Amino acid sequence: MINPWMRFLVWPLVKFLIAFVIVQVIVAAMNWIERRLLGLIQARLGPNRAGQEFALFGKRMPIPWGLGQIIADPIKFLLKEDIVPSSAEKVAYFLGPMLPLIPAFLVFCLIPYGPPPSFVITHTNVGLLLILALTSTGVYGIILGGWASNNKYSLMGGLRSAAQMVSYEVPFGLSIVGVLMLCGSFDLVKIVEYQEMHVWNLFPQLVGAFIFLVAMNAENNRTPFDLPEAESELVAGYHTEYSAMKFAFFMLAEYSAMTVNCCLMVALFFGGWSIGIGGYGITTAGLQALGIWGGLLGAIIFITKVMFFMMVYIWFRATFPRFRFDQLMDLGWKWMIPLALANIFVTGIVVLALGEAKKNYYWGEIVMSVIGAATIALTLFLLFRGSRPAAAKVMHASRVSEA
Amino acid sequence: MFDVHEMEVNFGPQHPSTHGVLRVLLKIDGERIVDAKPIIGYLHRGTEKLFENMAYPQCIPHTDRMDYVASATNNLGFVEAVEKLMGVTGQIPKRAQLLRVILSELQRISSHLLWLATHAIDIGAMTPFFYCFREREQILDLFEEYCGARLTLNCMRIGGMPDDCTPEWLDNIAEFIGKFDAAVDEYESLLTNNRIWKRRTVGIGVLTPEDAIEWGVTGPPLRGSGVEWDLRRAQPYECYPELQFEIPIGKNGDTYDRYLVRMAEMRQSRWIIEQCLPLIKQTPAGDIKAKISRVIRPPEGEVYHSIESPKGELGYYIVSDGKTQNAYRCRVRPPSFVNLQALPAMAQGHLVSDLVALIGTIDIVLGEVDR
Repeated sequence: MINPWMRFLVWPLVKFLIAFVIVQVIVAAMNWIERRLLGLIQARLGPNRAGQEFALFGKRMPIPWGLGQIIADPIKFLLKEDIVPSSAEKVAYFLGPMLPLIPAFLVFCLIPYGPPPSFVITHTNVGLLLILALTSTGVYGIILGGWASNNKYSLMGGLRSAAQMVSYEVPFGLSIVGVLMLCGSFDLVKIVEYQEMHVWNLFPQLVGAFIFLVAMNAENNRTPFDLPEAESELVAGYHTEYSAMKFAFFMLAEYSAMTVNCCLMVALFFGGWSIGIGGYGITTAGLQALGIWGGLLGAIIFITKVMFFMMVYIWFRATFPRFRFDQLMDLGWKWMIPLALANIFVTGIVVLALGEAKKNYYWGEIVMSVIGAATIALTLFLLFRGSRPAAAKVMHASRVSEA
Repeated sequence: MFDVHEMEVNFGPQHPSTHGVLRVLLKIDGERIVDAKPIIGYLHRGTEKLFENMAYPQCIPHTDRMDYVASATNNLGFVEAVEKLMGVTGQIPKRAQLLRVILSELQRISSHLLWLATHAIDIGAMTPFFYCFREREQILDLFEEYCGARLTLNCMRIGGMPDDCTPEWLDNIAEFIGKFDAAVDEYESLLTNNRIWKRRTVGIGVLTPEDAIEWGVTGPPLRGSGVEWDLRRAQPYECYPELQFEIPIGKNGDTYDRYLVRMAEMRQSRWIIEQCLPLIKQTPAGDIKAKISRVIRPPEGEVYHSIESPKGELGYYIVSDGKTQNAYRCRVRPPSFVNLQALPAMAQGHLVSDLVALIGTIDIVLGEVDR
């Protein structure tokens, strides 16, 4: 660890490569998981055949549960014909799928997968800012690709995507500010360590976590915010004209961005690699004491939490209809941004009033948890106030025959 | 300097949500629709001309191919029109009438299920599609059990029915309708109170009762606007006068009301079938054909007969010269074709996303629009 070359170049690179490979395997597996889980929800099977006939050196080794799909899909994409429309803007058409990929991959070296130092690749004090900056560049590829395809549906998809990203980047960023004020740092490691010493930020930042969850769905163009690629309206939106590996790159970037957002969600609001409250439980210090095995345990906890939120994405996709474009803007600007600002305001008051005086926020956190819970309860009340049993509501007026 | 530039977009004929080969020539300002012009004819097969060149019984399979998701009601309209022309409407045995009613109500459910599946997936809700197809599959199995075909049934004959049903078939129907209400509850739990679904459908494509009548709209779109007009009641045919059912109507005439009306109609159809099952067990088995001559040669004259198909008023206008076994002229009044005419008026000022919902809510089948 003394050699600076080893410390600042070789080890980070090795760790990045390991993390990159693991994350990409998760991304590839997500394809299979999503289809299987959707199948489960939608009363059908999903892909369960690929790999049944797999054989090695003449010996039959069937791959269970259709897991072969994970390998079959990329092979299919690689072997398909790569069609470029004759009227497309060639350079931009090529750049479209490539551009979102670079930030999506770079971000993976900024995420703390487990307790430091071994499981944190790049430990910077502005990690969160860097992640936000990198992920927000992903939209350029979509706009470029949509415009360069020279297809009206693609263009509309690109435009929608641009407007959506601009609108939802704001609540996305604002929802994090409350966490930053509580923890007093942009460093994801410090944010996680703060949470295990106090409580998961989910509780004092319930509103922030909720806004983050909605905004991250919108950021990734996932249902119910999948307007840029709305199949029934825009055919396939910005990637209508893309085929083969270029199309796969768009998907790869989308799923990578989803993973990144889930990682952020876990690190910011769900205690990262730790399961602890008030300094008790599985904490960073405890994991570090166990050496490399403790680190691995932390990483497994982290990835489990991340996968949970990936499931939430899929669950949303199976459940919700799609918003209309103006309604999407309405929700973003009229509801989420004011709510996020109010959240910042309340957090600020609590931090100032209780934090500065005593240097501990316990009371503040309890107060904010109560406020957050009350807000959510009020929202749920407002949402379900009007709902009666469906059958009673269906008929506005009717007439029974005299018979 | 800031002149408005409208973009022209060809919505279809190859588009995931035009339900076939409908082409809508859209003029859009941003995403707002300035003008929508449906262009049809891509599926024209000259069915009406074909009817002039073949004997009446040979026409029945061709009626299957018009509204191909509701072939039983197409058969029903045609055979009833010919029976009316021949003056044998009163001679159809009770058992045949009940079989016709059961088949057409099953068909109404299956057609509405297909409508709901595609309508929901157009608006972005993916899961109802699979749930609806789960039940539709069971209905198609029932059709297969009765007549051997699942989609193009060809299940009615002039003067009666081709085959009698088995008691097991009736038991299977009873089993299906026993579970069906719970299935409708399941679809409604996904959609009816869903806020996104409501925002996408409430107030979209409003048709006032006056407008709806002026456009000649029939079926669920008309009833969604609050007009109580159902041909099963207004011009009763078969044994509908003996059966109890309600006519669900809407209030606001928007997409959401049309959705509610169709959901309620599925429950009503289920109720009708439930009433038919004990009645059919009382009729003598095998009594399914009226005693009419085997060569169908109606007397000279003309007839217009319409029934309530799942999509609206399905009418057949038949002219017979009294000499041949062919119709001199057969004109079909397809509900989808007439309902589709209201699309430009409904789409005015809405967004492109709403157009998709509107095409879904009219419930068109291009095989019927173009014939």
